[in-house]
Amino acid sequence: MLKTFPRGGVHPDDCKISANSPIKVAPLPNKVYVMLNQSAGAPAITLVKKGDHVKTGQLIAKGEAFISANIHSPVTGIVDKIDQITDATGYKHQSIVINVESQEIWEDGIDTTNDLLTDIKATPQEIIEKIKNAGIVGLGGAAFPTHVKLTIPQGKVAEYLLINGAECEPYLTCDHRLMLEKSEEIMVGITIIMKALSVKKAFIGIENNKPDAIKQLTSLSQNYSNIEVVSLKKKYPQGAEKQLIKAITGREVPSGKLPIEVGCVVQNVATAKAIYDAVQKNKPLIERVVTITGPNLSNPSNFLTRIGVPINHLIELAGGLPEDTAKLISGGPMMGKALSNTNIPLTKGMGGILLLPEKLSKRLDPYPCIRCGRCAHACPMGLEPFYLEKLIIKERWEEAEKHWIMDCMECGSCQYTCPAKRPLLDYIRLGKNKVSAIIRSRKN
Amino acid sequence: MDKKFIISGSPHIYAKDNVQRIMLDVIIALIPATLGSFYLFGFGAVRVFFVSVISCLLFEYLIQKFLLKQKPTINDLSAIVTGMLLAFNVPSNLPTWIVIIGSLIAIGIGKMVFGGLGQNLFNPALVSRVFLLISFPVYMTSWPKPIESARQLTDVITGPTPLGVIKESGSIAAATQTGEIPTYTNMMLGNMGGSIGEVSAILLLIGAIYLLYRKVITWHIPLAYILSVLIFTGIFWLIDPTKYADPLFHLLTGGLILGAFFMATDMVTSPTSYKGQIIFGIGCGLLTGIIRLFGAYPEGVSFSILIMNAFVPLIDRISNKHFGEVKA
Repeated sequence: MLKTFPRGGVHPDDCKISANSPIKVAPLPNKVYVMLNQSAGAPAITLVKKGDHVKTGQLIAKGEAFISANIHSPVTGIVDKIDQITDATGYKHQSIVINVESQEIWEDGIDTTNDLLTDIKATPQEIIEKIKNAGIVGLGGAAFPTHVKLTIPQGKVAEYLLINGAECEPYLTCDHRLMLEKSEEIMVGITIIMKALSVKKAFIGIENNKPDAIKQLTSLSQNYSNIEVVSLKKKYPQGAEKQLIKAITGREVPSGKLPIEVGCVVQNVATAKAIYDAVQKNKPLIERVVTITGPNLSNPSNFLTRIGVPINHLIELAGGLPEDTAKLISGGPMMGKALSNTNIPLTKGMGGILLLPEKLSKRLDPYPCIRCGRCAHACPMGLEPFYLEKLIIKERWEEAEKHWIMDCMECGSCQYTCPAKRPLLDYIRLGKNKVSAIIRSRKN
Repeated sequence: MDKKFIISGSPHIYAKDNVQRIMLDVIIALIPATLGSFYLFGFGAVRVFFVSVISCLLFEYLIQKFLLKQKPTINDLSAIVTGMLLAFNVPSNLPTWIVIIGSLIAIGIGKMVFGGLGQNLFNPALVSRVFLLISFPVYMTSWPKPIESARQLTDVITGPTPLGVIKESGSIAAATQTGEIPTYTNMMLGNMGGSIGEVSAILLLIGAIYLLYRKVITWHIPLAYILSVLIFTGIFWLIDPTKYADPLFHLLTGGLILGAFFMATDMVTSPTSYKGQIIFGIGCGLLTGIIRLFGAYPEGVSFSILIMNAFVPLIDRISNKHFGEVKA
């Protein structure tokens, strides 16, 4: 029996056209642009200046705030300048621009071999410290600093570790390939996290559209008595944190609360791999796997690439920008962010770049809502998007709050399924913005 | 100059279904019963059907263009659905001018005054049917006999509906003696007096299965509606089988199947949650039963659905438990 979350969800076409393309190491460009705002929370504070020589893996910006993450140089080279660069948000932000030197020199103490190290020497405190130093953030997209997430608040106990290998977004295959090609490292990474959290049981949740990954990790898990692979039904958003917890453990995270409330911690498979690198190899987070894909792209690929590489460099490696490309998306088609240009550099949280042709890029003309209720049935949180839309149009913010608007995780299932093609999520985002401002003002 | 890209919020893809497709599915689902009615009632049905559909389309276009000064949206096909359902709900010998008035009421009062598609509180075709029933009771309750009248252009033979016979006679036992009660087979096939589209249970059910298959409707409203009619009438039948007709009779006569699958399920005027839909269906069923057994009118489907339509905003606010509504 396949596990899944009980309420809502949609079934968009898979479109995993890059699933059979093994991870290739992307060659370096001449320049990289390392953004300082690569994690949720405050941007990192730069430690270098123009003209400095930096080694690969050297700390170049420090996450000083409570929620922030360190940033390391992804290349060896000379700091060209510290400049304002348009990033995925569409705004200009601080970025360290580095001219890449061909001779790569790694920072001292980093193990760059491919040897598998399974023996975990670090203590739980050391593990969290190493994760913090390595600048690891959640690689599933939210880019929340991992050391913060692994620090369990006073009075709470972590019981289960859930590893998210659902990859429920159409098109994206980076986690899938990683599970196939770096499965040993992922298993060790999971063991490390379990040690840090002192949890006795971990589950890896994988959608059943990746039978090869399920098979491989299941057979590996025979050597790990407390790690269990769970096949999940292919249904979007299976990989949403709260839905994953519900599917695997049957527990429901209360509204407005975090997973730790029900004794769970969720980490992405790619984060588990990054944790392995950080703890066993002393390697900071300077590279990740990215899917470059699109229906008209000539070579949809999965690249192991350094952070800070402009995405046009990766698009060239995947066969070049198709002529009719009209939309550039960071992430998948359901939750991904439309990008304004191809010069935007890769950040830690980007798992994929999707190029959509003209005919798939334009919004369709909206019709009046015919109250079919499909949005409400698709909402995994059990909200009524059509009603929220009406409340927001009428600026009835308090009522929208009462109808749980803040529980919306913006998965997009409502708007995807709407036969009237209404921009439901646009309105809900606007409403969430207003409502959260009202909630803040209430606290002051 | 760099290439410009389209910026919009997620999601970036859409499911295939759209409003026209949903309306088209309803139209397709009504086709078997439409063709059946043409066979049963002949030219009269064809005339009423096309007058109704064309005038609904025309009124929607004219009202949007000249009264509301909007871009006409007849290509959403909803006016065709209203036109078809209106034709289904009137007798086949209804004069053309009354059909045109009916279309004007359905589109103008039933739909446009509320703001057009999606805004109306009541089912437009039923608003119009009830208006016509009250305004033109004689025309609206003379029922041509099927098959016999199909071959006649004028002087059609009329007769009562089975439910009308019972209301007239006072009991099922007395009604049976009049010889006006058709056999169950004839009821199933539609060989009985009634509105154009309501008579053939089998052809309506074929369309209903298609709608269920296409997921345009779900089982919640029809099942709740029909079951509650069956249970309600069943109880009275068990109490006094000589006075009250059996549940199967109530299922096959009148507009129950048409109403339960095609009218009560109108998305715009029914609740959105499954829980709400079941409450709505039960409400329709009980009201239909009460009107049929104890009301002044022999048939209660239209009134019941309209009354329950009025409760939809209230039913919609019976909140469903949402995700995370658990004790912290």
